[in-house]
Amino acid sequence: MATLSLRNLQKSYGRTAVIHGVSIDVADGEFIVIVGPSGCGKSTLLRMVAGLEAITAGDLFIGADRVNDREPMDRNIAMVFQNYALYPHMSVAENMGYALRIAGKPKAEIAARVAEAARMLQLEPYLARKPRELSGGQRQRVAMGRAIVRDPSVFLFDEPLSNLDAKLRVQMRLEIKGLQRKLGVTALYVTHDQVEAMTLADRMIVMNAGVAEQIGTPLEVYERPATVFAAQFIGSPAMNMLDGTGEGRQVRLANGVAVPVAVEAQGPVKLGLRPEHLTRDETGPLTMQLRMAEPLGANTLVHGTMEGVPGDVVASLPGVHREDDLPSVIRFSIPPEATHVFDAATERRI
Amino acid sequence: MHKARHSPARSIAAHAILIAWTVIALFPVFVIVINSFKSRKAIFGDPLALPLPENFDLVGYTTVLAQGDFFQYFLNSLIVTVASLFFVLLFGAMAAFALSEYRFRGNTLMGLYLALGIMIPIRLGTVAILQLMVASGLVNTRTALVLVYTAQGLPLAVFILSEFMRNVSHDLKNAGRIDGLSEYTIFFRLVLPLVRPAMATVAVFTMIPIWNDLWFPLILAPAEEVKTITLGSQVFIGQFVTNWNAVLAALSLAIVPVLVLYLIFSRQLIRGITAGAVK
Repeated sequence: MATLSLRNLQKSYGRTAVIHGVSIDVADGEFIVIVGPSGCGKSTLLRMVAGLEAITAGDLFIGADRVNDREPMDRNIAMVFQNYALYPHMSVAENMGYALRIAGKPKAEIAARVAEAARMLQLEPYLARKPRELSGGQRQRVAMGRAIVRDPSVFLFDEPLSNLDAKLRVQMRLEIKGLQRKLGVTALYVTHDQVEAMTLADRMIVMNAGVAEQIGTPLEVYERPATVFAAQFIGSPAMNMLDGTGEGRQVRLANGVAVPVAVEAQGPVKLGLRPEHLTRDETGPLTMQLRMAEPLGANTLVHGTMEGVPGDVVASLPGVHREDDLPSVIRFSIPPEATHVFDAATERRI
Repeated sequence: MHKARHSPARSIAAHAILIAWTVIALFPVFVIVINSFKSRKAIFGDPLALPLPENFDLVGYTTVLAQGDFFQYFLNSLIVTVASLFFVLLFGAMAAFALSEYRFRGNTLMGLYLALGIMIPIRLGTVAILQLMVASGLVNTRTALVLVYTAQGLPLAVFILSEFMRNVSHDLKNAGRIDGLSEYTIFFRLVLPLVRPAMATVAVFTMIPIWNDLWFPLILAPAEEVKTITLGSQVFIGQFVTNWNAVLAALSLAIVPVLVLYLIFSRQLIRGITAGAVK
C-alpha cells in the first residue's frame, strides 16, 4: 500500500514524443482509471509505471521512493495483462506462487499465501490445473491471484476485461472493484471502455494523443468536461458538438437559432449538448428532422439532423417510442446549466 | 478430428496422393535395405527381389563390422551431429531471442546478416576453412567438424526461430519481468518451451545434412580415429571394384541412428502442434 506520484512523465521514441508530460498524485488505496482511444498512449503510460518502458523525462514516485531507474520487480508492483499472460506450462498454484519462489520465500509461506489468494478468488478447486484447462474468467482470476499473492504497493491493470464476453465483463468488473476495496491497494487501470472507467474509477485520467485531457472523478468529467475530447469520449451516446458563436449568455448556431447557456461566451465556440439532456419541448429552440429511432427499452435514441447545421444530432428520449409514432420534426429545449461551451480554437471549456 | 466436413472421396484422394508420395520417397531406402541382406549375385540378378532364404546373405554386414572400426565411425558421426545440433539450437535460439525481443540500432541489419548464410553455401569457403583449421591445429579433430557444422546450421536456425519468437506473447515475457525473472530465466523457462515445435523443425533440418555430409569429413578430418560413418563407408567404393554388399550394409546401418533422432524430434513436433491447437 502506497501513494503513487507521476511528475510530468514523458516518453519519446527517438524524436517522436508519445507521452507529453502527465502528472497526478494518487492517494493510498485510490483507484485510478486511465481511459482513452487506442493509440492515445495509455498503455505506454502504464508500462512506464511498471518499469517495462524507460521513462524519458519526469519523475515517478511510489511511496517516498523515486523509482525511475528501478527494475520492475524492485518497484513492488503487480500487473494484470489483457491476455492474462499466465505461464502455460505451470499449474494455477505454480503460476500464482512463481514470483515468491523467484524471490526466495520459504515454501510454507508461498503455500499459505497462494491458498489465501485462491480462497479469496474461489480458485481452490482449480489449483492443480494448467491455464489451458480454464475458462476465460477463471484465467483472469488466476492472473489477479498472481498479483495478489505478491502483496504489492500498486496494482496495474492493462485492459484486463477486454477478452471476456459482455456478461462476464460486468461480473469481473464488480469483482475487481470489490477486491481492490477489500485489499485497499492503490490501483492503476487502463481501459478504452468508458463504462468501465465510470464504474471503477475513484478518479480517471482521460488521455488523448499522449496528453492527459482531464483528471477528475467520473462525475466531474461527465458534468464538467474540461475539453471537447473529454466531453465526447465520456458518455454514451457521445455528446453532440455544434459550432456556434457566443453572444454573451447565449450561443447562436449556424442556422440562426440561439441557445441560452450558463456562461459568458464571445466569438466562435463549440456548443456541447448531451443527448440525455435534450428534452422534448414543443416551444423549444432546437428542431430536429428525424431520420431514425432506436428503442433500447428504458430509453429511445433518435437520430437526425438540424436544418442549416452540419453533422448529425442524437437525442435520448425516456421510454419507448416507435419510429412511426414520432413526428418527422421534433423540437427540443435544454436547460442552460446542462450545456457545455468550449472555445473553438483551444477546445477548452469556457 | 474434422471428419464431418470432409467427404470420403476427398479423404481417399488426399490419402492416395500422400501414400504415392511416401512410396516414391521411401523406395530408394527400401531398395538399399533389402539388397543389403542379399548375396552379390542376387543384388545384380534381380535388384528388386526381396531377400529370400535362397539368396539371403549377411556378408555385407560381416564385412562392414570386420573392416575398420565401424563402431568408432558411428560414434564419431553421433558425437559430431549431436554436438553441432546442441550448439546450433543454443546459439541460434539465443541470437533469435535477442533479435526478436530487444530494440537496438541495426537490429534488422543484424538479422539480415545472420540469415545471409542461408543463401551462401559454406563450401565456397572450404579452402579458407582448411587453412584456418591447419593454422589452429584443429585438422583431424571432431572439434573442427562441430565448428564448421555449427556455422553452417546457424543461419537457418536464427531465421526460423526469430520468426517464431516474435509470436510469443510480449505480455508473457513482461509478466515474467514483473515477477522478477532474469532475462536468462525468461529465455530458458518461458520462451524456449513455447517454441519447442520450431526447435524440433530446426533440429531436423540441421541434423540430416550434417549426418550425411561427406565433404568436410573428407577434407578436415580424414584420419582413422575421427572418421564419420559416411566417410567410413567410402572405403568400399573403389575406382574399379565396389563392394556393393558392404556399401549397402553400411548405408542401412547409417540410417538407424538418424532415424531414431528424427523420431524423437518429430514426437516433439507433433506434441507442440497439438498443444498449440487446444489452447
